[in-house]
Amino acid sequence: MNAALLIIGLTALAALGLGLRARGGRDMNLEQWAVGGRGFGTILVFVLMAGEIYTTFTFLGGSGYAYGHGGPTYYILAYGCLAYIISYWMLPPIWRFARQHRLISQPDFFAVKYASPALGVLVALVGIVALVPYLVLQFKGLGIIVQTASYGAISPAAAVWIGAGVVTLYVMASGVHGSAWTAVAKDTLILAMAIFLGIYLPIHLYGGFGAMFSAIDTARPGFLALPAKGESVAWFDSTVLLTALGFFMWPHSFGSVFTARTDQVFRRNAIILPLYQLILAFIFFVGFAAVLKVPGLTGPNIDLSLFRLSIANFPAWFVGVIGAAGVLTALVPGSMIIMTAATLLANNIYRPIQPDAGEARIAGLAKLLVPVVALVAVFFTLRGGQTIVALLLMGYSFVTQLFPALVMSLLPRNPLSKAGAMAGIVVGIATVAATSLTHSTMATLFPALPEALRDLNVGIVALVLNVVATLLVGAMFRGRGLPAASRA
Amino acid sequence: MLLIRCLALLPFLGILVGTPFLNRATPLILGLPLLFAWLLLWIVLTSAIMAVIYHFDPANRDAAAATGPRR
Repeated sequence: MNAALLIIGLTALAALGLGLRARGGRDMNLEQWAVGGRGFGTILVFVLMAGEIYTTFTFLGGSGYAYGHGGPTYYILAYGCLAYIISYWMLPPIWRFARQHRLISQPDFFAVKYASPALGVLVALVGIVALVPYLVLQFKGLGIIVQTASYGAISPAAAVWIGAGVVTLYVMASGVHGSAWTAVAKDTLILAMAIFLGIYLPIHLYGGFGAMFSAIDTARPGFLALPAKGESVAWFDSTVLLTALGFFMWPHSFGSVFTARTDQVFRRNAIILPLYQLILAFIFFVGFAAVLKVPGLTGPNIDLSLFRLSIANFPAWFVGVIGAAGVLTALVPGSMIIMTAATLLANNIYRPIQPDAGEARIAGLAKLLVPVVALVAVFFTLRGGQTIVALLLMGYSFVTQLFPALVMSLLPRNPLSKAGAMAGIVVGIATVAATSLTHSTMATLFPALPEALRDLNVGIVALVLNVVATLLVGAMFRGRGLPAASRA
Repeated sequence: MLLIRCLALLPFLGILVGTPFLNRATPLILGLPLLFAWLLLWIVLTSAIMAVIYHFDPANRDAAAATGPRR
């Protein structure tokens, strides 16, 4: 075993230990396990939410996309900002309603708001489907880290299995308390690592930022801006909008809203979290630094660029430290995702079918489902083939379909009926599923359209169809208002 | 307060409407490609705008009001 693997292994063990300690002998019912008993203050909610943003997606996916795609990567800087602005007004009423009704999951929220258990099941299904690619990308990242840090001694497949095993153990041991405390450790390490690499590599390799970007601009003209075709301005705007609207639609992000102690937490976070996005710039610098120094990675392999560049420039022990930061960025969000998916299956799919199942049985089932969810994700990870960013965008196309029904339900008088809400979600999801399975884009479906329409993100097109279906079906069922109890 | 809330629209305009006009790498701003620098600027401005909104929002006057209805 080399120094890099040793450091990464010890970090994983330490995270497991922290997770076990965080449980601290508390008796864990489903509410404790999943939403931390609703007792987290600003700082813990902050790290939970930030923890979801700084995942393998940013660390390896962000640097990889900068390396492989250039300018289009900037979309990652933009959408978080817009999402936090929306969150200032959107999250407090969600939190208040959830607390008032003692809800523990996102489907509960829709089911109670629309007085429709069926809508709850539908929302749970959407959440689970969207979480799979998100989990796959964490496993893919873990696989890349373990494989690269072993300098090829561990095969990619074995690396994915090891990563999945660690995450599963971690979740089964600790639940959300483990996530919050390890998130503190992880954020510190990733912040330090991103800033160091993002400053050191451009200066060490090129002599400075200006010199680096000038060199890239000369070697690859146009690479540092959005191209005229494909990932163009139309793609950028539609993707930023899709991901900004979908930001808090993820079942685990929605769930972390419930962990807050007061609703003031969200308004304060809306000021601080945008600044936290600045870290992304440093991660992009690493990806850009790799463009001219470790050329030749293509397709899904662009996600390897950060590690390839690190191995070329640092001794094994330091590659281990970078790998340790990477492992934590996959472990924390990965555990949140697995836990959320397992809770959704047990609480929001199984319970409606077996209404007489007790609290203990649901909690037990949720824990049993953890390894099952992990296995499904391992299966898709090993089938491979997509970049980390493409995987996340696919997940976003799914979750954003929940946005119209959610926002409307926050209005004092919800204009949507449950039939309208369900129709919209079904049409949106069907559109995304059909285009994902057939690998279609607007450009392949409608080649005759002008460039700006051809480049639209398919998720946004699905969202438009979603809204149209919601309005059409809503008009057919007009006049059947919701019972007063379900209004906030 | 309504006027101050409208400030929150500025980042949407800056990012979604501004990008088509600033979609270029040069001139480098502080060593960064123009579009990259433009989006970073909006991150900082977003935070500042939200701080102003937070300051003037009556919902944040006292912690007790934070759990009550706001609109």
